[in-house]
Amino acid sequence: MTDTAQRLAEIRGGVPPRRHNARTIAALTGNPGCTRRAVLDSAGVDKPKLAERIGFPARFGQSRFAITRGNAFEAQVKADGGTELLRLVAERLGVPVPAGATWTDLGGAEDLPDRHERFRAALTGGGDEPALFDHPLLGLDVAGRRVHLEPDLVAARLGGRFHVVEIKSFPVIDGQADPAKVSAAAIQSAVYVLALRELLAAEGHDPELVSHEVVLVCPRDFANRPVASLLDVRKQLLVLRRQLDRMDRIEDLLGDVPAGFTADLAADPAALTAALSGVPARYAPECLAACELAYFCRHEARGHTTALGRPVREALGGIADVGEVLALADGVRASDPEQAEAGALLRAAARLRADALAGSPS
Amino acid sequence: MSTLRALAKAQAVAAGLAQPVATVRHLHLSDRPLVVVPLAMAGEANAPLAAMVGAARDEARLLVVPQPRNRDQRFAFAAELAGIVLLYLDSFRGVSEAVPVDRGKDVRYRYVDAPQLLVPNPAGITFLRLFGRSTRFRRPDGDYPVHPSVPLLGRWLTFFAERAEHPGSAALVAMTEALTLHWATGQSAVEDLHLPALLGWLDPPPGSIGAEAAAWAEDPEVCPPAGPATDPDFDNRRLAPAMAAYVEADGDPAARSAAYAELERLLRGQLTPTWELMWRGVGLLRALPSGARVAGRWDGDKDAFTGYAEYVDDGGGPQPRRDGAVAAAVRLHRLERALTSYAVQRAYDDPLVMAEHRLTGEAFVGDVTLADPKRVDDTGKRPVLRPRIQVVTTEPVLVPVGATLYSPARPGQKAKVVFLTPGADGKTEVVLELSGGMGRGLTAPPGTVPEVGERLCFTTLSDAFLPAGNFPATEETPWTHGGPPTVGPVPESGDGDPAEEWT
Repeated sequence: MTDTAQRLAEIRGGVPPRRHNARTIAALTGNPGCTRRAVLDSAGVDKPKLAERIGFPARFGQSRFAITRGNAFEAQVKADGGTELLRLVAERLGVPVPAGATWTDLGGAEDLPDRHERFRAALTGGGDEPALFDHPLLGLDVAGRRVHLEPDLVAARLGGRFHVVEIKSFPVIDGQADPAKVSAAAIQSAVYVLALRELLAAEGHDPELVSHEVVLVCPRDFANRPVASLLDVRKQLLVLRRQLDRMDRIEDLLGDVPAGFTADLAADPAALTAALSGVPARYAPECLAACELAYFCRHEARGHTTALGRPVREALGGIADVGEVLALADGVRASDPEQAEAGALLRAAARLRADALAGSPS
Repeated sequence: MSTLRALAKAQAVAAGLAQPVATVRHLHLSDRPLVVVPLAMAGEANAPLAAMVGAARDEARLLVVPQPRNRDQRFAFAAELAGIVLLYLDSFRGVSEAVPVDRGKDVRYRYVDAPQLLVPNPAGITFLRLFGRSTRFRRPDGDYPVHPSVPLLGRWLTFFAERAEHPGSAALVAMTEALTLHWATGQSAVEDLHLPALLGWLDPPPGSIGAEAAAWAEDPEVCPPAGPATDPDFDNRRLAPAMAAYVEADGDPAARSAAYAELERLLRGQLTPTWELMWRGVGLLRALPSGARVAGRWDGDKDAFTGYAEYVDDGGGPQPRRDGAVAAAVRLHRLERALTSYAVQRAYDDPLVMAEHRLTGEAFVGDVTLADPKRVDDTGKRPVLRPRIQVVTTEPVLVPVGATLYSPARPGQKAKVVFLTPGADGKTEVVLELSGGMGRGLTAPPGTVPEVGERLCFTTLSDAFLPAGNFPATEETPWTHGGPPTVGPVPESGDGDPAEEWT
């Protein structure tokens, strides 16, 4: 075990690392500047449990109605050996619909290494006839550790190229879908594209055989009939690679972390809170939708302008502390030379606000 | 985010209470708004689960869909909602008023008032838009007939959703947006989308501060979300068993009505807190005096309502799924003009909004120190009245000589900057030459020229009429925009097979 791995294991405590999936890897790209998050995620700390332990439980529940609907739609699309799916994907990619394709379901209860090997063989061994691979097992290095991904996903080989096919149950209505859901799907798909490319490259194939165009299959309008759309994930691939590279250099980040820092769930909550406070975070309101620790970080960021959102902080001249903003605005505090401009702006704003509230003409 | 608004947010944090960012109300508020609080079924494509609807606090009607995946029940819900909404709309179609057009040579008629729909948040508007989309193409005849009121409701909901995109319209309003237009909280914009938390900052319970009230409101156990999305915990632990009980009771009338009553009880419990918050929001907004130009914008909503009612009466069809190129360009242009004029009107109506423009140098306030109301310019072909005034201000004046300014106190008058003299004491003397708004003669009627001692605001923002752009006819759509639309086969109804299984 390397020093870094040893250090991360200490941070995690005596439990095995939490398993990553595409969703958690995709979430890593959300706030790349946050050291606290990068360290905890690299160590594989169970953040939902940690948040609960320190009294700030995350709220990322999923309705069972949504899960049922998602599973039903996926089963429907994959029915009949993927005939309908093959037609949808081929038509969307603009290639002739093949008379048939091999359907390989790689899901199963066998051991991980075995499945991984089977997928590698299936993917790189055959020729380039049309083929669909369900439940592929993919691997990706995250923070120096091999992470296995078991996506509910189909990799399609059509016209000699591989395409990631993502089946999602949110509707596409008149050609438009919820932008937040589409972008979440795009970044998750990018994780799979990246993993597929690494697998091909490791076998000496051209990684570009995996297309950056992902096929998204969703229900159309208000019914259950599927419709396929193309998503270009090149941008997401760049973002993802940058963040994964950054996590590979976790040693540098660990330099910012106090020695003896631990997020061991067995520790006393007060000790955990104190330990976490020693690792710098970069809270933004967007974290609330992406990170399990966000409610804790928000509590910690009270009184800081960042907690109000980046546009607010910028409009306040980049001053970090609410108390300082108000002191500068009231003229109680003289501004440092580097804050001179922000101080003048805030004083003018405070004067105008008071003037207007007192009934100046408009 | 303007610095002034950001400062108000910082002050809200320090005070523990939301701070005003407006001194007047910038939207029309009906005496009888129809409050609609919808809930949607998780995972489904905009499937209604329940709604609480009514035009007064004590007139709440609860609509429930016991099996949201069942298509017949969805359309039964739509018909029931149509019964309430269409009746409400009809109540505004009694009395008309005459409006002069074409410089008074002609008149047209419009209804004296218009309906107003209030929903909790922007997601509520999206829900109504998509519900309108899912119902407006349905037919009362053919293979899968629906009640005739269903497609009509769909068209009206689509009308309201389109109005909601029109800046300054008050036909369909999200309560969170109406409130944040007037108050700044000590939390972020994302958190302001949660109506209970927002009202926690605006009106915290006695003895607590905004941040505490907002944190309390974030716990779905004690404060249900304001929809349309439900709390997943509520779905899993309470709603799913109650729905299952309803399905199992099939064939046993007594058990079925008991199961239905239980569903109603659960959903009423989720909706009632939001219903109460909506009316508290209405009360807070009502307490503000209305801005001077609000009525003018509401006239635009009355025009739109009258126009669409007449279109429907004349047998007009449902709105297309997508606008054509020309229609889209015209619509975009209209929205841009409305956005510009809405921003200017709010500044004219409200010194606190104007202060944002003063901070950026687009406006200044000063005292009139000299006035020559009788000045006549006779250098041209015929003499014209051009009074001059001198205004002294302590604010930075960033406009150049020659610029045209306007004063909200006399919006029909232009003031050209003639001289700018910065003084040593940080004050600036501005000499302005006035034209317009003083009648046709060579003597200005009393009150049309500012007098010495008056304190006035001058701004580069103009509330003058913005001329409409010219757009080609649909059949002359340029090739850059796809060319004239081809008359092809009418697209399929687009809703898939209505008999399709939903589970």
